[in-house]
Amino acid sequence: MAIFINENTPVLIQGFTGRIGTFHAQEMIDYGTNVVGGVTPGKGGSTHLGRPVFNTVKGAVQETGAEASIVFVPPPFAADAIMEAADAGIKYCVCITDGIPAQDMIRVKRYMRRYRKEGRMVLTGPNCAGTISPGKAMLGIMPGHIYLPGRVGIIGRSGTLGYEAAAQLKALGIGVSTSVGIGGDPINGSSFRDILEHFESDPETDAVLMIGEIGGPQEAEGGQYARDHMKKPVIAYIAGLSAPKGRKMGHAGAIISAFGESAPEKVEILKGCGVTIAPTPSEMGATVANVLNSFNKVA
Amino acid sequence: MDIHEYQAKELLSKFGVPIPRGGLAYSPEQATYRATEIGGSKWVVKAQIHSGARGKAGGIKVCSNDTEIERAAEALLGKKLATHQTGPAGKLVSRLYIEEATDIAKEIYLAFVMDRSIERIMVVASAAGGMEIEEISAKQPDTIIRVSVDPAVGMQQFQAREVAYGLGVDPEIINKLVPTIMACYRAFRDLDATMVEINPLVVTKDKQLLALDAKMSFDDNALFRRPHIAELRDKSQEDPRETYASDRGLAYVGLDGDIGCVVNGAGLAMATLDMIKLAGGEPANFLDIGGGASPERVAKSFKAVLKDKNVKALLLNVFAGINRCDWVAKGVVDAVNDLDIKLPVVVRLAGTNVEEGRRILDESGLTVITAETLAEAAQKAVAAAKSGATQ
Repeated sequence: MAIFINENTPVLIQGFTGRIGTFHAQEMIDYGTNVVGGVTPGKGGSTHLGRPVFNTVKGAVQETGAEASIVFVPPPFAADAIMEAADAGIKYCVCITDGIPAQDMIRVKRYMRRYRKEGRMVLTGPNCAGTISPGKAMLGIMPGHIYLPGRVGIIGRSGTLGYEAAAQLKALGIGVSTSVGIGGDPINGSSFRDILEHFESDPETDAVLMIGEIGGPQEAEGGQYARDHMKKPVIAYIAGLSAPKGRKMGHAGAIISAFGESAPEKVEILKGCGVTIAPTPSEMGATVANVLNSFNKVA
Repeated sequence: MDIHEYQAKELLSKFGVPIPRGGLAYSPEQATYRATEIGGSKWVVKAQIHSGARGKAGGIKVCSNDTEIERAAEALLGKKLATHQTGPAGKLVSRLYIEEATDIAKEIYLAFVMDRSIERIMVVASAAGGMEIEEISAKQPDTIIRVSVDPAVGMQQFQAREVAYGLGVDPEIINKLVPTIMACYRAFRDLDATMVEINPLVVTKDKQLLALDAKMSFDDNALFRRPHIAELRDKSQEDPRETYASDRGLAYVGLDGDIGCVVNGAGLAMATLDMIKLAGGEPANFLDIGGGASPERVAKSFKAVLKDKNVKALLLNVFAGINRCDWVAKGVVDAVNDLDIKLPVVVRLAGTNVEEGRRILDESGLTVITAETLAEAAQKAVAAAKSGATQ
């Protein structure tokens, strides 16, 4: 089943005809994703990569029945594109765009609250590599071949560190149910906590690997959720042991500005919540393997 | 992006925040001229650097005549001022702000920040102004007032009143404080700030409200629509290594070690730094080469890292997705040749076309040290830096 997307999910590409949108749309189609069309205002009525192009998301949803979308729209217009998807009835939206102003994201989050929780679009990203349900569908820019289909969920703020984890798991013969990038921005669509909730109720996921980093409260909130509401084991790695306080480490959100936001502090909080910590970034896969082994013995 | 105190005051004053009379000076002569222009009998000479806690570090001097002003200006200009925020290296003082001195009756802390847990703009205020907020939260946490702003409607007058009355100021000050709080909010919102901090905001003995210090930071992602803010950037306040890298579109943070790092992706870059530390080494920098890792970007990144003369070994760690390993490897070979790099270079490639990438490196005839895993790469880089250090 996986979460958010599978081989049947009809997908729209927002920012379809641009250079980046075109390239990744083709990659997603090649992976087997059910791409049903795209949106580029002003190019409605034309065809691109053998799929119809629409002027509005609403029009595209009406014609194609699309349920998910992926946003490749440039930063100044990306917030608008996300809100358009939410309003058109898209159920799951991935925003890849890096560089959206934080106040735009605050408005997006507030805007989405106008829809009732049950029907509200789930947004992951921005500034992420996207989501993949290996062997089924890819809604992102990751190299699909490094993921083995399987039963471990991955949630991460960083793209390439998530690839690193997937590759380590694959080398150990461990597969992934779904890998979700929540992005490196300070204000993001979904938090670790939000995605943990989805994995906990997914019958095809046995354990979850959380890949966090310095900055913000979301890793700690995820840990508390795991402690209070989850039966499945959670493993975590937090990047940025050597990051100086007050400096932005690449990601807009990777900055230590308050107590509890450094890597050692987050590790302590997570340990206190019963989350298993991968001691080094090269042992993410091995730590997951250990947890799965001991969990299977108990179960 | 950070700006200077005088720039923040100028911006905030346009929104209606009351500030003392003051002027900018680049020389002792200008400093005394500014004092004459301002008038009065007592002035404050303030070093303009991107840091708080300047007073404790000797960067703020109260003067009562021209000779004192000149001496203060001479002592500060052209020197590096080190505060506990800048670290021991300090920051260069090339501008002074000369301000009329104020008779303080009460000091207030007022700040606007982006609260990530509730995803809203948050007002933080305290009647225990003058101290840093960390100190207030440790010593007088009960004095801290927090009010969050609903992004749908923005800050309301009643919220500003709540803060103002909470600060316990005299009734005649309330009518000045409420508009000042609203002005800060509008500045934060309209300029895409990530922080506005007035500490202290003072009530003077003659019942005036004045922002004595002001600090603003801005959202780098929003500078495209705030060109007049982008213009306020002062490169003299940045680490020159970081300026060089950021002018070339690379995310770079200078550190104190000797292993120069080039990595694709911020998370993997942080993890690589962690791995170096765990292997007993010290990274010289954080560098995210970004998506693509094209040959030009590899060369640019090596150049940026080599600006740091402490670097004794280079470590390139790329997990290639769309940017295939063979392409990255070619970029590495070209960069090592073109830049004539003599330092040991450790390369770890993973992902798409990894075998082809390794073959290119092996057959290049260069003494590039290859590694398969993150741990191996870190160990080899640490060993290379150590052997380089003893040569």
